[in-house]
Amino acid sequence: MAYVSVNLAERAHELPPRGRREVVFDVDELGVSYSENKALQGVSLEIYRNFVTAFIGPSGCGKSTFIRCFNRMNDLIPSANVEGKILYHGEDLYGSHVDPVEVRKLIGMVFQKPNPFPKSIYDNVAFGPRVLGMDGSLDDRVEKALRQAALWDEVKDRLKAGALSLSGGQQQRLCIARCLAVEPEVLLMDEPASALDPIATTRIEDLMHELKRDYTIIVVTHNMQQAARVADMTAFFTVTRGDEGQRTGILVEYDATSKIFTQPSDKRTEDYVTGRFG
Amino acid sequence: MSADEHRLRSGRPRGRWSGRVFYAFLLLSLAIGFATLGALLVQVVAEGYKWVDAVLFLEPPSANPKIAGAEPAILATIYLGVLLLAFTIPLGLGTAIYLEEYADRNRWYNRLLEVNIQNLAAVPSIVYGILGLAFLVRGLGLGRVLLAGAMILTLLVLPTVIIAAREAIRGVPDSIRQGAYALGATKWQVVWRQVLPAATPGIATGSILALSRGLGETAPLLLVGALTYVAFNPTPLGEFTALPVQIFQWVARPQDEFRVLAAAGIIVLLGILLTLNAFAIWLRNRYQRRW
Repeated sequence: MAYVSVNLAERAHELPPRGRREVVFDVDELGVSYSENKALQGVSLEIYRNFVTAFIGPSGCGKSTFIRCFNRMNDLIPSANVEGKILYHGEDLYGSHVDPVEVRKLIGMVFQKPNPFPKSIYDNVAFGPRVLGMDGSLDDRVEKALRQAALWDEVKDRLKAGALSLSGGQQQRLCIARCLAVEPEVLLMDEPASALDPIATTRIEDLMHELKRDYTIIVVTHNMQQAARVADMTAFFTVTRGDEGQRTGILVEYDATSKIFTQPSDKRTEDYVTGRFG
Repeated sequence: MSADEHRLRSGRPRGRWSGRVFYAFLLLSLAIGFATLGALLVQVVAEGYKWVDAVLFLEPPSANPKIAGAEPAILATIYLGVLLLAFTIPLGLGTAIYLEEYADRNRWYNRLLEVNIQNLAAVPSIVYGILGLAFLVRGLGLGRVLLAGAMILTLLVLPTVIIAAREAIRGVPDSIRQGAYALGATKWQVVWRQVLPAATPGIATGSILALSRGLGETAPLLLVGALTYVAFNPTPLGEFTALPVQIFQWVARPQDEFRVLAAAGIIVLLGILLTLNAFAIWLRNRYQRRW
């Protein structure tokens, strides 16, 4: 009973068995609240190395809030409070000795709307290496990152041109290149294709397939087809309403993508992936 | 179907009327502004253009209008402008960056600061003059020097610069800050390498407009002791006059020639101010960004 037109059965075989997966993040009973409002509660899951992991669910389910916990972007919101634990290779991301700036070097992020800096294409990619004081040839780094993001051929002749002159899809790939130039280990993508047309979306998805050889990718998406196409593992979140109507996101089910889309073990997941809800 | 035929005809004549009246009012406002400014410019230029010559720029004032110039006043106005920018930009920018990027809006003292700055922008310039006289000239014992004049003009235009710089900083979308943070930039790097460069056109425009406002001021300078007759070129710690003060003095003289000389001085002052404003507009258009 395949709901999505992707050959999920085939993909399931590619996944290494549980014992051979390397855990990058171990999330334990994570919760996030803004002021008094609990946005997310009791999330526990593991993220595996060189996997694409997708977070899906209806709007307001906390999936974007959740992904921003992995590079401590929630720190920038004064009212946000994170409880529970995220272990990154066994080390507590929210430990008192951890510098969020160091975290963000290792764990890059691509945002929903392409947000290139109002500078040249070259300066966009070079920004990360420059602020981090990375050594070696800056030109080589920029070229490598742009090649990895499959943008090099389109922009190699106009590196000095303004980044805002690129199309939306190119801008998003530039933002991916900008992340890669810092040589992170993990790439967080918060609905990276939601502002793009179908062709640009396909290119981003192809890119994710390429990149997972070298990187661990977490992607938030509201597009189930996309999750089915790109993700090895999928986590389904939903919204619960408290007594006073406050909305809190919870994790319903986390499993191999093929399992989530063909034999979900929770009724709510099934309703969502079959389109009966959300 | 007969009812439908008239559907496109207006059934609201009153609405038409108020629209026309409002449009006429807009044109009238524009006309009054233009006509007044135009009449002023034409009259001043017609009266004074012959006297805008080398004597005006290169000679000190004199009791004889034929050989009287405004060199000390023009130089002092330039010095005032340079000092004004040197004081205003770091202070104004610093305050604006603090309020926009660092201040926690929920703290009462930050909110107090904001309200205070907005109110200061509306304080009449003569009040700043009195402050300057009491605090700078007498209290700090600076004396009636150019530096005191520059400092009081700084206080006068500072609120305007702060407000303009804050607007420019606030205009930089948050997605730019987030993008920079996500690459591992520190707050310092985000502010200095992303926010400020992106806000520079707005900050520069605001600063130049504030500068031109400061240079046109007379009242506070009179109070901190700008002299009406200075026959020597100014130094920062010496006595001084300024172009608006010089014009003020010439206008007050009984002889007709001095009135012509005042007109010539006004042309020079207007020239300086219009050039500054034109530069600000050019800067804004040149670096304007759409996000």
